[in-house]
Amino acid sequence: MDDVRMIEIKEDIMADNNQVAAGVRDRLCGQKTMLLNLMSSPGSGKTSLILKTIEALKNNLKIGVIEADIESKVDAEKVASQGIAAVQLRTGGLCHLDATMVTQGLDALAAQDFDLLILENVGNLVCPAEFDTGAHKNVMILSVPEGDDKPIKYPLMFSICDVLLVNKIDYLPLSDFDAAALRKRVLALNPKIKIMEISCKTGEGIRDWISWLTREIAAFRRG
Amino acid sequence: MHELPVTESILKIVLAHAEKNDVRRVMTIQLQVGRLSDLEDDWMQRYFDYVSKGTLAEGAKLQIERTPIRLTCNACAYIYTADDASQIDKPCPKCGRKDVTLISGREYFIKNMEVL
Repeated sequence: MDDVRMIEIKEDIMADNNQVAAGVRDRLCGQKTMLLNLMSSPGSGKTSLILKTIEALKNNLKIGVIEADIESKVDAEKVASQGIAAVQLRTGGLCHLDATMVTQGLDALAAQDFDLLILENVGNLVCPAEFDTGAHKNVMILSVPEGDDKPIKYPLMFSICDVLLVNKIDYLPLSDFDAAALRKRVLALNPKIKIMEISCKTGEGIRDWISWLTREIAAFRRG
Repeated sequence: MHELPVTESILKIVLAHAEKNDVRRVMTIQLQVGRLSDLEDDWMQRYFDYVSKGTLAEGAKLQIERTPIRLTCNACAYIYTADDASQIDKPCPKCGRKDVTLISGREYFIKNMEVL
């Protein structure tokens, strides 16, 4: 009878992805391209926010978009119609983007002289939070109709983001969404997060978002 | 929801160690997964059974130890454990301040494996 042996492993399961992610960050730092990972539930306004951002910045910055979607190309087509370089990664049923898929997206974008690349992650508040994409900044959207209790249900997402955009604030008068309670819950999870209220429909708050983004890109370029 | 890529990663690491150590069969794999992870033990095992078919690790049992959610208060340096994610939202039980930092609860770690 063979003896059972014990072999020590002591390895991080995420080490592979973390390594690829670090590679993505370095590669883009060398190209002076800031990568922004945008996450939210389906229908919160990721594509609308990207279109607003392109509209505000396309004359001053070279922007590219990497879209992730389980099956369709709808979002990439909308972005490309704005004259912006866009690639669509079809995740084939996967619930998030990992750093290897982002590398494929970077390879598919022919140019390398982008100032800003926006990664539209899969619509999901759970899985994308677990996988480092190599982004320099993580931004999430929560829309008013989703409710102010989401930080309790999806704490990890709120704790890893640099910015929370509360979208569809034009719905506030019709809803029992408690913006103060949301702010309290989110800041308890992540005291450093910046919270901005916006409406992609009316344009309210978009200026604050654009000036935050412009400042961050400038700071990134200075290194 | 993302048990599949996680189990694929586990298998890859396990097989690399098995090869280095002339292993014939992997019996059990001990994992440490933070309590903040939403991975389900049963699903991890089911996915692992699927991805490990035809490898040295086929049939291996995953033993998943959940590491606690530990927080430290930035005001008074008190370190304490939370039962679930909802408690991260709460003030420090000692001084009542709300400035706390998570120190563990999010790990995905392979500790060791029993092999033949």
